[in-house]
Amino acid sequence: MTSVAIDRPGGKTRGTGGESFFRAACLAAATLLMAALAGVMVSLAIGGWPAFRQFGFGFLTSSEWNPVTEVYGAAGPIVGTLITSFLALAVALPLAIGVAVFLVEFCPRAFARPVAVAVELLAGIPSIVYGMWGLFVLAPWFAEHVQLPLIMNAEPGSLMDRLFSGIPNGANIFTASLILAIMILPYMSAVFRELFLTVPAQVREAAYGLGCTPFEVVRSVVIPYVRKGMVGVIMLGLGRALGETMAVTFIIGNAHGFPKSLFDSGSTIASTIANEFAEATGEMHTAALMALGLVLFVITFSVLAIARLLLGGRKY
Amino acid sequence: MNRALRRRIVNGLFVTACSAATLLALGALALILWSLVGKGIGGLDLAVFTQDQPAPGSPGGLRNAIAGSLMMCGIAMVIAVVVGILAGTWLAEYGGRTPYGHVVRFLNDVLLSAPSILVGLFVYELLVRPFHGFSGYAGAVALAFLATPIVTRTTEDILNLQPNTLREAGMALGASRAFVIRKIIWRAAGAGLLTGGLLGFARISGETAPLLFTSLGNQFFNANMTQPTASLPTTIFQFALSAYDDWQRLAWVGALLIAAAVLTINIIGRFLARETHRS
Repeated sequence: MTSVAIDRPGGKTRGTGGESFFRAACLAAATLLMAALAGVMVSLAIGGWPAFRQFGFGFLTSSEWNPVTEVYGAAGPIVGTLITSFLALAVALPLAIGVAVFLVEFCPRAFARPVAVAVELLAGIPSIVYGMWGLFVLAPWFAEHVQLPLIMNAEPGSLMDRLFSGIPNGANIFTASLILAIMILPYMSAVFRELFLTVPAQVREAAYGLGCTPFEVVRSVVIPYVRKGMVGVIMLGLGRALGETMAVTFIIGNAHGFPKSLFDSGSTIASTIANEFAEATGEMHTAALMALGLVLFVITFSVLAIARLLLGGRKY
Repeated sequence: MNRALRRRIVNGLFVTACSAATLLALGALALILWSLVGKGIGGLDLAVFTQDQPAPGSPGGLRNAIAGSLMMCGIAMVIAVVVGILAGTWLAEYGGRTPYGHVVRFLNDVLLSAPSILVGLFVYELLVRPFHGFSGYAGAVALAFLATPIVTRTTEDILNLQPNTLREAGMALGASRAFVIRKIIWRAAGAGLLTGGLLGFARISGETAPLLFTSLGNQFFNANMTQPTASLPTTIFQFALSAYDDWQRLAWVGALLIAAAVLTINIIGRFLARETHRS
């Protein structure tokens, strides 16, 4: 017999020596995680403080970003971030819901699982791959087959002309949003699918039993059942899009200031930081980029926090 | 009759729209993989693994970048697995139901999808600025911050799946809680814990943004991680945006390598997870 002592009065049971130590180590690790998130916020606030002090509230409302004269206003990248993220969400959301509904309701059994796994695997492809594809494949194609014809056919001064003007090189706000949409699409579909699968079979079957068509089941039973969770998934997708860096940096064109049209080049907070931080020219430049980071942190943290609250304890 | 017909038409349109959405999504993603393979596979040869990155116009490979990536990801994973498994264990076995436990779990979930570039900025303030220099270790720490939440989450989930009878049986024999967790629960959950590590590894192996201003990149082979260290993603970024054809070709090869690695690791992870479920 191995000696697992169970009845040694007063003696130590095997393993008790490590008990409090082990427990403390686990607690410390959990606390470290929290400290990490707090650390991100605190370090960005400290690093960005000089910029906030110098420019005050104007940092958020001015769109002048000039490292030479050391004047920094973040409105351009902030607006660029919001526009690209919401455009991407507008494109990806209907598609993601469609894919998830197809996989849960209509797809033949034999295909459902492989397709679902493929979608989930694609969600894990690194963003730099999407970025390269955007720059080398999507942008040239888009410039030639969409942008040029639209510019040619727009009457000068019309709404179309204003919406579509810009350098026809395919690197602009719109293509950046498209790439973002393609990136968040597999992620959102995968989560939507899991959400739809939580609807109890009885509820669904009861509706079918009343003679509902599949469309009516989805519209009147499935979607109302998971409505709160769906808003959570949308927020998760938005959070991804807001913070996405590399794919956007490749293709957005990296111009400061407000984008003047849908096909104008622009910048997002993340792309500005990625492009300029390692080569920041001075203290104030670094501070301004840190302050930008804090703005992004506050936006994404709020969005993600809402998403998590709506989704409850589910794992995604 | 009219109404029944309308319902059928609406339903038909809906089914068509959903199928079209799936085709469109899979088509777009297939297109990306297609050009990735098409542009990358031609340049894939032994030199990619045996030679360092070249000057524009001369032959070369990605050895320094691959080695740098492996070193940084390796160190990051050691940190992430230790911290993540302990934190996940605390959530599942000790304090997960306390108010503090709820806060930790909530913040961990937020960290799961936090923008990676902000982690880069944080580590820059934490390790690069105070020590006056970019380093491979800073890059590894940044990556560890990204992998840890994944390991934590998977660990907690997999430990929660272990039956309580296992814990009770161990304690009935007089073993302490820590002993039960380490010798019984962790062992029973072994493959699941490995899955968590693999998923974390897959996530960080393609990360570029947090490395841009922590490990910076290095055009030479370098085993000293206190110095700026090359990594596959940052090298791809630099090469892809360059004006040289041969650098762009190498960038595609690198992108293909990363995508293949990430897919393989993810598939292994999934396979292991399914095996655990079965047993």
